[in-house]
Amino acid sequence: MASQRDIRRRIGAVRNIKQITRAMQFVAASKLRRAQDATLAARPYAEKLDEVLADLAAVLGDEHHPLLARPVGGTRLLVVITTDRGLAGPLNTNTIRFALTEAAEFEGRLTVVTVGRKGRDAIRRTGIPIAAHFNGFGDKPSFADVTPLARLVSDDFLSGTYGQIDLVYPRFVSTLVQRPTAEPLLPIRTVPDAPRVLGNQFIFEPDPATVLQQLLPRYVATRVFQAILETTASEMSSKMVAMKSATENAEELIDDLTLSYNKVRQANITREMIEIASGARAGR
Amino acid sequence: MPFRLEIVTPEKRAYADDVDFATLPGSEGELGILPHHAPLISILGAGELRVRKGGVEESFAIIGGFVQVLPDKVVVMAETADLASEIDLERAQQARAAAERVLEAGIMEPVDLAQARAELQAAVVRIRVAERRHREGPHRRG
Repeated sequence: MASQRDIRRRIGAVRNIKQITRAMQFVAASKLRRAQDATLAARPYAEKLDEVLADLAAVLGDEHHPLLARPVGGTRLLVVITTDRGLAGPLNTNTIRFALTEAAEFEGRLTVVTVGRKGRDAIRRTGIPIAAHFNGFGDKPSFADVTPLARLVSDDFLSGTYGQIDLVYPRFVSTLVQRPTAEPLLPIRTVPDAPRVLGNQFIFEPDPATVLQQLLPRYVATRVFQAILETTASEMSSKMVAMKSATENAEELIDDLTLSYNKVRQANITREMIEIASGARAGR
Repeated sequence: MPFRLEIVTPEKRAYADDVDFATLPGSEGELGILPHHAPLISILGAGELRVRKGGVEESFAIIGGFVQVLPDKVVVMAETADLASEIDLERAQQARAAAERVLEAGIMEPVDLAQARAELQAAVVRIRVAERRHREGPHRRG
């Protein structure tokens, strides 16, 4: 059995770990709030672009821009979004596993662009070709950071390198649930704008085709940006939950260790008493 | 009769208020919007967006975007929108100098070139709007 001193040292170590995981839990909680705010703040712009795109679709029809063209087969590109740092529970593992099942369907006709170090490291091991990698965009992603990625995938789609581009990322459902999701990015599928058919009443400056041409790259960037914001929210909530259970485990461990510490201490006291008693009897 | 003006960017809702008059940097020239404007969707260039509300004028430096004029409101979608009084003039000037240095250095990838040009343009617009604001102060009109 371990000595009293060993157990005491282990209790100290676990207590230190508990302090760290607890601090990480609170940091993640406050970052989560910020990430959720950012996701909400980004929504009006995205909704507005959807609306204008629907207005344009009402007057133009789908064939007017190559980004709207229907899929013609060819290579599929997955943009897999994960986090840079670990200690976020099963979030990255789940996302990567999901991406790989998606990839299995398209064996040999699939390329990946990774965002976040964790995804790159895992996918590199599988041998699936990685066309490009972007480091995660930190705790506060900015729209300007995302545009190069959006431009890269749009250009590759237009040049015909890929026939279909999907986003794979952990969707933020709630603090407890983050669900890996595949979402078609390109070609763009416009949603019919049934209740508010204003499309053909608008004057377009300079003309609908030019507006569409300006709009589509921003639409793509916005979709990517939103996926990245959701990933950040998912990362923070998953990290918060993971750190909370780590803190609780540490507490449990401290209790167990304290119990064995007391047992050892008690055993030592009893042994000493027996020694004293038998020593005294022998002396008599 | 005032109308509703909203300015949204990918990162936030930058402005939402009832205003009397707005001037936008349309791609084909200045675009003045009064209440009851016909429904319009237009590309916006980089430049100054001015709003007048109850005799007070405010201005924004906006870069890249669109405006959608609806019967009941006007929505500006811009890549960035900075309120003139909040522009950090010094930082914008540094950004301009940095972008100019990059462009002068020459040889670069087309993507980087586009990026440097965009940054230069953004800095120039911000400086112009901030300096005008500085000269004239917060505007008050009858």
